[in-house]
Amino acid sequence: MENKTPVVRIKELSKSYRRGSQIIPVLQNITLDINAGDFLALMGPSGSGKSTLLNLIAGLDQADQGSIIVGDADITLLSETELADWRAGHVGFIFQFYNLIPVLSAYENVELPLILTDLSKKKRRDHVEHALSLVGLEDRMDHYPSQLSGGQQQRVAIARAVVTDPTLLVADEPTGDLDRKSAEDVLQLMERLSKELGKTIIMVTHDPRAAKRACSMKYLDKGILANDTETRL
Amino acid sequence: MILKLVFKNAFRQKLRAALTILGMCIVILAFGMLRTVISAWYAGVAASSANRLVTRNAISLIFSLPISYKEKIRSVNGVNIVSYGNWFGGVYIEEKNFFANFAVEPVTYLNLYPEFILSEEQKTAFFRDRKSCVAGQKLAKRFGWKINDSITLKGTIFPGNWEFVLRGIYDGRDETIDETQFFFHWDYLNETVKKSAPRRADMVGFYMIGIAKADSAASIAQTVDGLFKNSYAETLTETEKAFQMSFVSFSEAILTAIRLVSFMVIVIIMAVVANTMAMSVRERMREYAVFKTLGFGAFHILGLILGESLVITSVGGTIGIALTFPVVKAFGKAVSNWIPVFIVEPETIYMDIAAILMVGVVAAIIPSWRAVTMRIADGLRSIG
Repeated sequence: MENKTPVVRIKELSKSYRRGSQIIPVLQNITLDINAGDFLALMGPSGSGKSTLLNLIAGLDQADQGSIIVGDADITLLSETELADWRAGHVGFIFQFYNLIPVLSAYENVELPLILTDLSKKKRRDHVEHALSLVGLEDRMDHYPSQLSGGQQQRVAIARAVVTDPTLLVADEPTGDLDRKSAEDVLQLMERLSKELGKTIIMVTHDPRAAKRACSMKYLDKGILANDTETRL
Repeated sequence: MILKLVFKNAFRQKLRAALTILGMCIVILAFGMLRTVISAWYAGVAASSANRLVTRNAISLIFSLPISYKEKIRSVNGVNIVSYGNWFGGVYIEEKNFFANFAVEPVTYLNLYPEFILSEEQKTAFFRDRKSCVAGQKLAKRFGWKINDSITLKGTIFPGNWEFVLRGIYDGRDETIDETQFFFHWDYLNETVKKSAPRRADMVGFYMIGIAKADSAASIAQTVDGLFKNSYAETLTETEKAFQMSFVSFSEAILTAIRLVSFMVIVIIMAVVANTMAMSVRERMREYAVFKTLGFGAFHILGLILGESLVITSVGGTIGIALTFPVVKAFGKAVSNWIPVFIVEPETIYMDIAAILMVGVVAAIIPSWRAVTMRIADGLRSIG
């Protein structure tokens, strides 16, 4: 059954950057609801503000104006330290360049977010093994990133993103650095996470093929969110 | 896992880490050596006892005092024992064979210096024979002297050839005690001087005073000097430490320079390690941004960078400390003729450890601050 409860509520959100004496608006008056279990693709040309919006939703940056409510928390009211704690428990990140720690094995990379929790070593192991089996890499847990292909590295990054069972998964160009086959595998995996596990995913992409795998698409242009939403069932 | 990460990060750039560790090792070794040179300079001061006073001529050490002062000094309240002696300044075969040699009153002198360990048998033999002498074991070893060997010193202050028989070889109570000294009977000197230069007879270069309580040193010194006020040979009495310090103070400028150099090398390595850490952190800005993204706070980032810096300085510093001992031993052996006590003091090791920690912490400050204050979005964009 489709869940229509908004898990992310963005209201009149604005953000600008300062370059010298010049103020450059990046996002203007964004209002957006994202329902629990949605797989939303954010599209738009370079410089349109997609990544900035994603960073704000994920609590990586702070807005100038407006509010972002994720679950019950208005994250625009949180301090840097509170935001860090909130991110640890509520957001999973998938980056374009995987951003695995090269000196840690796949297992250790996935375990990294769990270090901040109170879980015992055994429980951490159970979670990590489960996350790695979810992305089909349970047999590569002792491999270092340099011993894995790009697609495998991105799957490890996805395992790291889901290992804490976050409220929200944010992905910034997750297929941008992958060949077609690996990109397809990653998108299939994200689709599974959304459909089978009910994960709420927000993905920034330039790739229309990737965007088509999402449930819905939003367009940003010059910091303004287009009214029309393309929805795919 | 964080600890593992700290160690892995420290050795990620193997050549850079190895060179920085080598630099740290050399600096700690150099620092240890320089500090040991300084402490060797102060060895006499360090070995001095708070219960010993030295009385000398108030004008200068080169002027002597009458032997008749002995009983007056002995009568001062709080004085336990009085000994006396002269700097002899004799030369063994040739001038380059320098060592300290004194004419002393043997019984009281050895009582005042329990740190010179001599067997009872050797002590008795030394006391019995006026032409006998005692040498430190390092000195005896240096010239291959054995008990009952005849030793001739050429007098410089007291001209002539002076013959002695070695009746004792003393050991220091611990390694801080000078084992290169040479003592013989003051009576032997005085009797000979009486014949050759009667005007110089019955005069001593210094009195050594043993006191019961160290805290009464100042008042006893004042009383002793008061006894001889307005006499033709006024005295200056001070603690043995102050007396030794007066010799060290002659070379204070050199010691200050050595001290400065020892601290300069620490500042230099601080800059080198700071540069290494700055490069490492700059290369890993994206990783620190990922850590922050995952919820790791400033404290964790600081811990990672500070830990890495401390691992590098500790490894290099520990090797440096370990090498200090054999190097100081070898160096001490080579210079034992001029510097009798050349050992690594515990204070030197504590200073080494403090330097290691300080370099590690200071080198990590700016890179940590950069990583902690970096905006995550900027960090994720950075290219390592």
